[in-house]
Amino acid sequence: MEILIKNGFVFDPINHINGERMDIAIRNGKIVDSVDESSAKVINASGMIVMPGGVDIHAHIAGSEVNAGRLLRPEDHAKDVEPKTPITRSGVGYSIPSTFTTGYRYSRMGYTTVMNPSMPPLEAKHTHEELSDTPIIDKATFPLLGDWWFALEYLSRGQIEECAKHIAWMITSTKGYAIKIVNPGGLESWGFGKNVESLDTEVPYFNITPREIIRGLCKVNKMLNLPHTIHVHTNNLGKPGNFATCLETMKCVEDLAVDEKPVIHITHCQFCAFKGEDWRTMSSGAEEIAKYVNNRSHVTLDMGQVIFTDTTTMTADGPFQYTLYELSGNKWVNHDVETETSSGIVPFHYRRKSYVHAVQWTIGLELALLIKDTWKIYMTTDHPNGGPFTSYPRIIAWLMSSQARKETLKKVNPRARSKSLLPTIDRELDFYEIAIMTRVGQAKALGLKEKGHLGVGADADVAIYKINPELTDPSKDYKLVRKAFERAAYTIKSGEIVVKDGEVVKHVEGATIWLKIKTSSPIEVSEDIKRRFREYWTVEYENYPVSEKYLAISNPKEVEASI
Amino acid sequence: MEIVKAVTCPVCGSLCDDIEVVMENGKIVDVRNACAAGAAKFLNYNCEHRILKPLIRKNGEFVEVSLDEAIRKAAEILANASYPILYGWSSTSCEAVRVGLELAEEIGGVIDNTSTVCHGPSILSIQDVGIPSCTLGQIRHRADLVVYWGSNPWSAHPRHIERYTAFSEGRFQKSTWRRYLAKIRALIAKKKLERAFKRIFFKREISVPPHLRYEPPPFLERKERKLIVIDVRRTKSAEIADYFIKVEPGKDYELLQALRMLIRDQEIETDKVAGVPVEYLEEVADVMVNCDFGILFFGVGLTMSGAKMRNIDAAICLTRDLNMRTKFVIMPMRGHFNVTGANVVSTWQTGYPFAVDFSLGYPRYNPGETSVVDILLRGESDASLIIASDPASSFPKKAVEHLAKTPLIVIDPHMNVTAQIADVVIPSAFVGIEAEGTAYRMDHVPLPLKKIVEPPEGILPDEEIVRRILVEVRRLKGIGGS
Repeated sequence: MEILIKNGFVFDPINHINGERMDIAIRNGKIVDSVDESSAKVINASGMIVMPGGVDIHAHIAGSEVNAGRLLRPEDHAKDVEPKTPITRSGVGYSIPSTFTTGYRYSRMGYTTVMNPSMPPLEAKHTHEELSDTPIIDKATFPLLGDWWFALEYLSRGQIEECAKHIAWMITSTKGYAIKIVNPGGLESWGFGKNVESLDTEVPYFNITPREIIRGLCKVNKMLNLPHTIHVHTNNLGKPGNFATCLETMKCVEDLAVDEKPVIHITHCQFCAFKGEDWRTMSSGAEEIAKYVNNRSHVTLDMGQVIFTDTTTMTADGPFQYTLYELSGNKWVNHDVETETSSGIVPFHYRRKSYVHAVQWTIGLELALLIKDTWKIYMTTDHPNGGPFTSYPRIIAWLMSSQARKETLKKVNPRARSKSLLPTIDRELDFYEIAIMTRVGQAKALGLKEKGHLGVGADADVAIYKINPELTDPSKDYKLVRKAFERAAYTIKSGEIVVKDGEVVKHVEGATIWLKIKTSSPIEVSEDIKRRFREYWTVEYENYPVSEKYLAISNPKEVEASI
Repeated sequence: MEIVKAVTCPVCGSLCDDIEVVMENGKIVDVRNACAAGAAKFLNYNCEHRILKPLIRKNGEFVEVSLDEAIRKAAEILANASYPILYGWSSTSCEAVRVGLELAEEIGGVIDNTSTVCHGPSILSIQDVGIPSCTLGQIRHRADLVVYWGSNPWSAHPRHIERYTAFSEGRFQKSTWRRYLAKIRALIAKKKLERAFKRIFFKREISVPPHLRYEPPPFLERKERKLIVIDVRRTKSAEIADYFIKVEPGKDYELLQALRMLIRDQEIETDKVAGVPVEYLEEVADVMVNCDFGILFFGVGLTMSGAKMRNIDAAICLTRDLNMRTKFVIMPMRGHFNVTGANVVSTWQTGYPFAVDFSLGYPRYNPGETSVVDILLRGESDASLIIASDPASSFPKKAVEHLAKTPLIVIDPHMNVTAQIADVVIPSAFVGIEAEGTAYRMDHVPLPLKKIVEPPEGILPDEEIVRRILVEVRRLKGIGGS
């Protein structure tokens, strides 16, 4: 099928196109130079914005913890339902939508690629089954490897190459995409109900520190030539004073960077940018973090913006979720996974009038606005931890309009307001920068070469928004901007029109992107793993890997490791 | 002779995946590593109760028909029904459940699985208070205190203790099977002595042997792996336990709350709770607080007796309280091999684990209203599809009567009680033996089910049958597509 998108204002930062009026041609799911106008389906995009399809670097949309969250919260679903239509399956929202609804809602906002950032390797099949039931969008998933016994043992003995081979085996056999590290060392300690306090606290029984885990896996990442950096959820997340841990984490891999390339991604940075001694004195550490990031090039971040709403928090950080349960007294799910990781879930309501929640809200926006280079920080809510992904258009409005920020600031806790830097920040992002923060930068950080741009040969994932950058001043008309980004005029996925005027018009399956890592000696590794398999896990070696039949559409990327 | 290794056993929620099946000429001749229940299924699945042809009831008698005709008839029943129920799903693959949900959505019916009469109350409690849990390997490696409450794993999940808990060996914990053997030997010796005594002193009553008194043994205080069983009767599991607490039937809730009080250092101003002396409970509470990693497994004995879901509320709250002092987790002992999977798939597609009503076009969940037993008791449904389950032998009589009164489709390998009162019977292959798929262990670990042998000619897996019915329903309703 051929499509011609005519006369749109194109924002394609990778190809340095900033709002030029031009045509985009699509054939067989790819962007091409030109198509025959008489036979192609022509979309008149005049007066509209054309961008690459949205890319989300961090959203919990599938897998055992997400599903445990769904099970935990019938009250969350009953208020937000999606009836079946002749085209789409039914489902429910709100903060943890069912799989079909997740795919539809993302595509209705013009998003076409989403990263599911935490997969317990033992339960990888579950994650992939759910991803296969998540329509339209392409997805990838990151196995949790920061507390895996094999990794800890090899790293503590300094056998970095051995560790790399095992990680390669793990990513390939669980169909993962990147190395996810959550509270390194802390999750293993949580096995006995403990945590680690700093980067240099020794992990009980394993003779290793979080610093060594992060550095080790960062080196492994480089040895394996993985497209994305290590994806790190820092220690001490969600604790006052943790901005120091966050800075320490970024610093600890500074020397491993080559050619100004990023080597670490700090995810949902808002949650690890708290200053202060306790919850009373807690304040924003965004300035310090922004200052550090502005002077370095080895780190990328995502926001983890908080939205004032009722949501469901879920992370692999078991001890953090326990603290949150103690703080809130809400219902609490914990799920530890043998030899690998843990996880926890607590429903949570962010309130405007709460001092801490309001400070959290300001931190996210401060980070996004104080970090000068939009290629370094990406827009996320750490869905659903800061709020559901459906609130992205609201964040876009806040980023593009200081007036929008002021409107919300007026309503938040006065003490938080008076302490915030936000009123002093005039910066307003333009559509070009928004394109970078919501898709292009994320695709680049993930090493997805065929996504995040509209050059010839790119995947034909395109979002068209009904807003005219020449006639609209986002600073004043932020409500229009928000509306436009809530309901894409068109979403094109792999060359097919899937959304029109904010409604799904076609149900297609999305692909699962995973890495096939080639190392020099794969057989040796599996022998070692096989030998210890029955000791470590309660399943058989043959039953552990995820076969390709679990993927609705499999999109393997071959990676040549340098070991 | 050929040996198929790493086969997952499609019997109970333990889902042992280390089964070795010995094949000769395409037939199963032996099974290794399996428990009695598992071996029986692998060796005898092809029994005389197997249905080999689709059946339709005509003039009150079953008539053999072609598969196409049976599927057409089933689709007609479902497409013409205004409030059909689709029930079962716990002994089949996740893949079949996925199609089942699509079918339920298409016909605007209610889809429910066997948790509704089993661990449904556990799910309701989880929705109330959450659940601190873990995978079974975590218990093998770390748990130094294992409690089974209202469940009898030795008989119902025979390899559970050996593979995952007291008798398994982990990184931080040793197996206790030696201690168990020593205990058994001592018991046998004691019995012999007693018999000898009886012979010498004729029929004079002797004192109750110590293992039948309810005093906690002194070694409960020692730092080593311990097994406690709490039940209304002395089960086989209780025999192997280090300590057995006999709770009065229906009094579990009191006992749980008493333990919660003791753990919070509150005084209990009575001598006995649920028939157990408080001083003994105090010792148990001490053991719970002082362990490094404790686990409470609970079975249907807790979910389906007395206070039902309030029991589980109390049990989960007890676990939560214990987490203030140490690490403690809790896990339901799921029965059918894929009842967890049925919950999991239903949850990711609809947001709800069981009792999902599609009659308004979107998923709705209100157990008590949308659960099949209640629908049947109110006589609201006008057709039913039962798959991989036998509700006629477990539902209340009145519910079964309504099931029989309305058109009934059964998909099952066996001529079970429900099939005998059905209008359409479609035989299916045994998933995990004759068909592949995925199942979820009780701790939510997904495992592949293998196809080892070919099903009898013309017999399809559940997934395929349901898909064919779905296609036929769509054809009848004039909807194109797959």
